[in-house]
Amino acid sequence: MDNFINNLGILIYATLLYTAPLLYAAMGSCFSEVSGVVNIGIEGMMTVGAFTGATVAYFTGNPWLGFVCAGLAGMAFALLHGIATIQFGADQTISGTAINFLAPGVAIVTAKAIFNSSDTVPLDPSSKIPTLFAGVFSSGTPWSNFMKNVFSTYASTYLVFVVLVVVWFVFYKTRFGLRMRACGEHPLACQSLGINVHRTRMICVCLSGFLAGLGGACMTMATSNQFRPTSIVGQGFIAIAAVIFGKFRPQGAMIGCLLFGLCSGLRVVIGSSSLNISVQLLSMIPYVVTVIVLILFVGKSHVPAANGKPFVKTK
Amino acid sequence: MKKLIALLLALVMCLSLVACGTSDDATTGDAATGDATTEDTAAGDDAVAETIKVGMVTDVGGVNDQSFNQTSWEGLQALAAEDPTFEVSYLESKTDADYASNIESFIDEDYDLIICVGYMLANATREAAEANPDQMFAIIDDNSCADLPNVACLMFAQEQSSYLVGVVAGLATESNTVGYVQGQVSDSMNQFGVGFISGVLSVNPEATVLQYNVNSFADAPGGSTAATNMITNGADVIFHAAGGTGNGVIEACAANGVYAIGVDTDQSPLAPEYVLTSAMKRVDNAVQDISKAVKDGTFTAGTHLYDMTNGGVDIAPTQDLLTEEMIAAVEEAKAGILDGSIVVPTTAAEVPEFTLAAAE
Repeated sequence: MDNFINNLGILIYATLLYTAPLLYAAMGSCFSEVSGVVNIGIEGMMTVGAFTGATVAYFTGNPWLGFVCAGLAGMAFALLHGIATIQFGADQTISGTAINFLAPGVAIVTAKAIFNSSDTVPLDPSSKIPTLFAGVFSSGTPWSNFMKNVFSTYASTYLVFVVLVVVWFVFYKTRFGLRMRACGEHPLACQSLGINVHRTRMICVCLSGFLAGLGGACMTMATSNQFRPTSIVGQGFIAIAAVIFGKFRPQGAMIGCLLFGLCSGLRVVIGSSSLNISVQLLSMIPYVVTVIVLILFVGKSHVPAANGKPFVKTK
Repeated sequence: MKKLIALLLALVMCLSLVACGTSDDATTGDAATGDATTEDTAAGDDAVAETIKVGMVTDVGGVNDQSFNQTSWEGLQALAAEDPTFEVSYLESKTDADYASNIESFIDEDYDLIICVGYMLANATREAAEANPDQMFAIIDDNSCADLPNVACLMFAQEQSSYLVGVVAGLATESNTVGYVQGQVSDSMNQFGVGFISGVLSVNPEATVLQYNVNSFADAPGGSTAATNMITNGADVIFHAAGGTGNGVIEACAANGVYAIGVDTDQSPLAPEYVLTSAMKRVDNAVQDISKAVKDGTFTAGTHLYDMTNGGVDIAPTQDLLTEEMIAAVEEAKAGILDGSIVVPTTAAEVPEFTLAAAE
């Protein structure tokens, strides 16, 4: 029983740890996709966010300034994507791919220019995103261990769920949310009703970059304390998968991210137990479970009808 | 419109190439052609005959991995700074597919010695060495090419440095439980665990060693989770041999106020109050040795073992967190290894307490 409580605590800890960066990025992806712009550049935007966050926090000593700058850096790259695809009607997949190549290059070149290394200098604990309840729970009994592990997560993790509620509200309870979703379904109809499709999409793409940048910063300012070229390896693509899994809804994407996080935690808990299972098999768990759940339980995902199609204004 | 996309793509190409091979003094003039960047800008095609060109191919960790790629490159840079007859450069491998083509680039440019960093390059090195019998190669952490007449295999007795940090961990633990996180299971990685566990048990036979293989060198959250799990189960000192995954291990140790032990380089800067010590591997010494041997014409193929006797492995110089007792015990263990009275095991089979290999 004690063992079970311990393992449950670890599972929740790991789930939250893996979920936070993915969920920021997934919400970003939702914004972009729902408004009708495919954004596979999420990965690249996460990378610049990861780098910018760690760098700004290092120089200013202020984690929240770093965190916001990470979002802005992601947004700058999203703006590039937006200009290419919305303004000039470039192929959205190609532009996103270009961002994914460009962003790590920019991050590493800048890191070399500033730090003379492709890693940033490790952050002091004071310039990292804080853990809100550090020291509140002492270890000892299984239940106190459980509480300690569950609540030892970073402020950015709590924030992501607050942001999720806000995003959900924007999506489904505001005029902007309705217009944004309409732009992804039938931009021509929107235009005929006087909605500026290009502007709406541009705002959504920028928001997606901002959120992806925050997701990247979680990896380098919370989970770890420095940017490395391997800080962001595939999280952006997993976030996009979570969005498709969640049928392009932020709350659905959350379930996708939590499932992936849970399976990643399960891998460690099972791997550390007395069960003798090959580590290669264990490493497959998050991916295999995602595929199985996708096949069995998620029906056909409703893709926004105009997603991926450039919209040309008619006069 | 199309021009804009073309421009954007061209920019991307340039930047990603620049990112692949920038040397520290930014000799990126020919970056667009993807050539190896060199330390010595003066040396061109008409280099003088006595110039010794040493090229290094990294594994996917990249040249700033805070681990053996970085240490190798720092060693080569120091060598070039001290002896201008050496011209050194590197090519980074982004994927496993880059190894052969990077080696090929150095062969085409008539490099005297090609240093392949890491056992992941073993197959590519073997193929290139067989196809180019006059080209001299060195490979780090791999012994499978020792039969070839033109490959020097630079092996490190990492079990010895791991043994020393194991001694520290065994003395530092108050709960008699220590943790060990490994990045991958392979013969050379297992030596870290085997040495560490032997070191712990040598000073603290009662200790339990919790072990976990994350099976990735780039999964920081996985490292954090594994370390938190060990801490919950009582571990109060955790050693990692897991590259970038280890960042997460050190982070979790710092968050929970327990000690971490770093690997390869002195990792104290990552968390100065919690990184007790680090098991160092002096790859820089080894690459300098083999480069000098090429210059002196004394290059020999086969296995070159770098251990404590020739400065190949050691414990980190940062000792702020170590007690007098620990330092004395480490010195004693060092002396024992040097005079042969302590023989540190090298294979999983010799240490039944090491369980990661068995799970394969």
